[in-house]
Amino acid sequence: MSTLTVDGLTVAFGGIKALDEVSFHVEPGEVFAIIGPNGAGKSTIFNAISRIYTARAGSIRFHGREILELPPHEVVRLGIARTFQNIELFEKATVLQNLLVGRHSRVRRSAWREFLFLPGVRRGERAARRKVEEILDLLDMQHLRDALVCDLPYGARKNVELARALCAEPELLLLDEPASGLNPEETADMSFWLKDIKEELGVTIVMVEHDMNLVGRIANRVMALAGGRVLSVGSVEEVQSNERVQTAYLGAAA
Amino acid sequence: MRVLFKTSYDQDIDLLVLPGERMRVGALIALAILAPLLLSSYYLSELAIFFSFALAGIGLMVLTGFSGQVSFGHAAFVGIGAYVHAVLVARGVPFPLALAAAGLLAGGVGAALGRAVSAMHGFYLAIATLAFSIVMETVIGAMEPVTGGHMGMPVPGIALFGVALEEAWQQHYLYLAVLLFFVWGVANLMRAPTGRAMIAVRDSETSARSLGIDVRSAKMTAFFVSALIAGVAGGLLAHQLQYLSPETFGVGMSLKLMLMIVVGGLGSISGAIFGAVFVSFLPNAIDALRALMPDGLVSQAGLESFIFGAFIAAFIIFEPDGLHGRWRKLRLFLETYPYYKRATFIRQKRYLKTGRFR
Ligand SMILES: Nc1ncnc2c1ncn2[C@@H]1O[C@H](COP(=O)(O)OP(=O)(O)OP(=O)(O)O)[C@@H](O)[C@H]1O
Ligand SMILES: [Mg+2]
Repeated sequence: MSTLTVDGLTVAFGGIKALDEVSFHVEPGEVFAIIGPNGAGKSTIFNAISRIYTARAGSIRFHGREILELPPHEVVRLGIARTFQNIELFEKATVLQNLLVGRHSRVRRSAWREFLFLPGVRRGERAARRKVEEILDLLDMQHLRDALVCDLPYGARKNVELARALCAEPELLLLDEPASGLNPEETADMSFWLKDIKEELGVTIVMVEHDMNLVGRIANRVMALAGGRVLSVGSVEEVQSNERVQTAYLGAAA
Repeated sequence: MRVLFKTSYDQDIDLLVLPGERMRVGALIALAILAPLLLSSYYLSELAIFFSFALAGIGLMVLTGFSGQVSFGHAAFVGIGAYVHAVLVARGVPFPLALAAAGLLAGGVGAALGRAVSAMHGFYLAIATLAFSIVMETVIGAMEPVTGGHMGMPVPGIALFGVALEEAWQQHYLYLAVLLFFVWGVANLMRAPTGRAMIAVRDSETSARSLGIDVRSAKMTAFFVSALIAGVAGGLLAHQLQYLSPETFGVGMSLKLMLMIVVGGLGSISGAIFGAVFVSFLPNAIDALRALMPDGLVSQAGLESFIFGAFIAAFIIFEPDGLHGRWRKLRLFLETYPYYKRATFIRQKRYLKTGRFR
């Protein structure tokens, strides 16, 4: 069965359809890239999956489970974590705290036990830290762990956001422009990490990305989107050579 | 900068790991324990009032400083706590039970308010909480048979397990113990998942949701804990005021609590304490200033509120990190002298922030 199946997804803001009957599916273990000119509706797909935006029609199924019936905070419990195009970190908290919040869906909570810090709470904290520490090592971020996010430069924030999503131990990772704003060196690092995440952690990745170089290096399949409609789905070469895709980009550029 | 090499997760989890921090907190506690030897009973009871306000400030800090939910009506919870406690004690309920009931009831009302306003932000939340406190003040005034209405009600003395605590030093230790218990509890909460969820909601509701935090229930928890602590503070305060009337717990007190945490520095427990010290001394400072002011100004009603408000505004504009932030900068300056750069604390130029969610 497909990991993610999107069927006839329509999202509208007032009269404008940001997504118009979008359908695609993502297979286990693949890197699926979504490309398209500005305003194509790429981020809207992610926001519909996260239940930030309400779909007008269609369905989104994760291993057959309908996501559109869930409240936003339950999506991650299924195994879907994400990053945001504009970076949504907890600014006045440390990197470590940010990543620990990433564990939220995997820990048990009880306010009064925590208030008294009963032994079980400490055990839980230790376990959460072990996982967080693994992710810090994987992304080579040990030196940042105690820094406040608001003191970090842009590139580091992107990595923190990726790390935070990984702390939720997702099966499916949604990355909204993971390389935008990164310099070539940072982009190269990012592409290695994404490969590691896919191969070592076995995470399925859906990513929105403008950098076709990066897409070409790591994506198994690509979907091109414009004006809220799917133009083409296939290998990188197929999609790039598709006529409708080319006109969409030229049209957007002109 | 001093770097602490951490050798185990526990060092990350423990409170007060840095030796300096330990010493400062230890010194403060020692000072508080020795206070009855150093102060007359008049000043001890002033100190008890200070403890009560500091506790209420910690309550508000949980809500506003840690969870980002502004409240301009927190005195209402202090009031609920004070009345519930006083009424119960007057009816013969033992002190600890009455205090617990005061906290729980205030907390329950807080959670209900939190649920009602969970979709509100900023300005609307400020107005809603302000309106709530005005309503509460009116309700307390109207419940005359129980609360004595606007005539007020006397508060009985403190008795613990059948022993009357009449001496100021006895009450001092009781108040200190309650304050320390809640400081410890809040510090615990903030190093555990529930506290981190509050910080997450404060900084980005959208990503909090995407990580599995039920924002509404996190806000309700924050309101509950915050109002509970304020309620307990009210119970303590009641004995020091000795006489309760609804106006005591009006907008003026809410403003005072807000001033405390803003001046102290949002988002830190020590900030609430620093702020309480500041606010407690402010009236004395204002009195001293009165002598220097022209007569027309001194006789103006609301001078104190005006000065409180002006301080809130000034701190928000010039030192959003409060006294706690000042203190951090000062310490860094001393530790890194002569290498300190002003730039350390100047924010990186913000990248484009369009399209951010709530
Ligand atoms: N919250 C919103 N309210 C109104 N319109 C919106 C909202 N979010 C998105 N849109 C509109 O939906 C369309 C698709 O937006 P979306 O953010 O999905 O584009 P995108 O493909 O991610 O573009 P970009 O490459 O610029 O990130 C745009 O026309 C946008 O203006
Ligand atoms: Mg986008």
